[in-house]
Amino acid sequence: MPAVVRLRSAVCLLGRFPALAGVDLDAASGEIVLLSGANGAGKTTLLRLLAGLVPLYSGEGTVLGHDLARDRRSARRDLALVGHETFCYDDLTVRENLWFAARAAGRDTGAADTALERLGLTRLADVVHGRLSAGQRRRLAVAVALSRDPRLLLLDEPHAGLDADGRAVLDDVVRAAPAEHRTVLLASHELEHARAVATREVVITAGQAQLASKDRGTL
Amino acid sequence: MNLWREVRLVAAKDLRIEARSRVTVQQIIPFGLIVLLLFAFALDPDRGILRRVAPGLFWVTVLLAALLAVSRSFAIEADNGARDGLRLSGLDGPALFLGKAAAVAIELLALEVVLAATVVVVYGIELNTLVPLILATLAATVGVAATGTLYGVLAAGLRVRETLVPVLLLPVVAPVLLGATRAWEAAIDGIPSDAWPWVALLTVFAILFTAIGMLAFGPLLEEA
Repeated sequence: MPAVVRLRSAVCLLGRFPALAGVDLDAASGEIVLLSGANGAGKTTLLRLLAGLVPLYSGEGTVLGHDLARDRRSARRDLALVGHETFCYDDLTVRENLWFAARAAGRDTGAADTALERLGLTRLADVVHGRLSAGQRRRLAVAVALSRDPRLLLLDEPHAGLDADGRAVLDDVVRAAPAEHRTVLLASHELEHARAVATREVVITAGQAQLASKDRGTL
Repeated sequence: MNLWREVRLVAAKDLRIEARSRVTVQQIIPFGLIVLLLFAFALDPDRGILRRVAPGLFWVTVLLAALLAVSRSFAIEADNGARDGLRLSGLDGPALFLGKAAAVAIELLALEVVLAATVVVVYGIELNTLVPLILATLAATVGVAATGTLYGVLAAGLRVRETLVPVLLLPVVAPVLLGATRAWEAAIDGIPSDAWPWVALLTVFAILFTAIGMLAFGPLLEEA
């Protein structure tokens, strides 16, 4: 199976501080990889590195076949990151934010409408982002990611702020990833919940993947 | 997706946000009107002076209002991590630059129509030779929007961007102020031949900064 993500001795600096200090990581197509670790271990930085938002300082890294050291922008059309923020505009409606994300990624608005329905946001389609609750914004962030129909989905604490129904919807999205030929990297502190959907767990400790590849089997 | 489709996507997004937030209509245009009226109060009752300095006052007002428009253009990318969203969007730097600059230019053109009408009514000038005047206005607007968008992204990630952008931008757009003012003066005086060299200067400026912006916007956004 081709590697969607491949890191070797990846080092990433935030200022002079090595937020990632030599990470080795592989993820194949259709895998759901849980990234666990304490606060400040480097999970968010790792996801931002894979999204091309922070540069690779040393080591090797490829994402969807693109070399992170040479070109950290080319993979972006085929990946999506759900970060701590929604990447949305307060004065655009839920539907407008989704359509913008889909069209920017070269997808048609049908993908956005499907994501809208899948995340249970249909009744909020014409509400502006600035009026959404924290949980609704979290759902929208996931919907924005799905509207891009990404091959690689990077989720950073996606359960935070979601109610039980929202978590169930999110879990369905993650579980469906292998069938949709999508790879998921999921950083979470809610381990019991995340382990239930992950196929593999990698523990990040002090910027390193210390206990890599604790195989949990395919669910 | 081709370049122009991406440009339209970005420009439409910015213009839709402006239409909904009404910042241009409720803040930037009134700001421009207030500045023009303050000049009129300061220079009254001698309307002869007002007529002579009207082109310069008009363009100084446009530049001051342009600072607000540029600041607003990047303020909307500061909330909710939208700037990271733009980087992740997959849109190319030239398309992002042209789309954001086009939205600023359209807002400025709307402002200029209102301000020009105010200048005619309040300052008592007549716009006789319209062709060079309109071409000078279009070229100057594109130049200001392109330069503003370029310097806007340069300062986008900085906490002091609101104060830094005017300091960086105003000296660079001084040729626009000079060229547009001279072109307007020639047009108002009914001597179009005097306006054309300034129209040419404004056009070169607009093309130059549009080209620089298309090349530099993407890398600058990555570093913002």
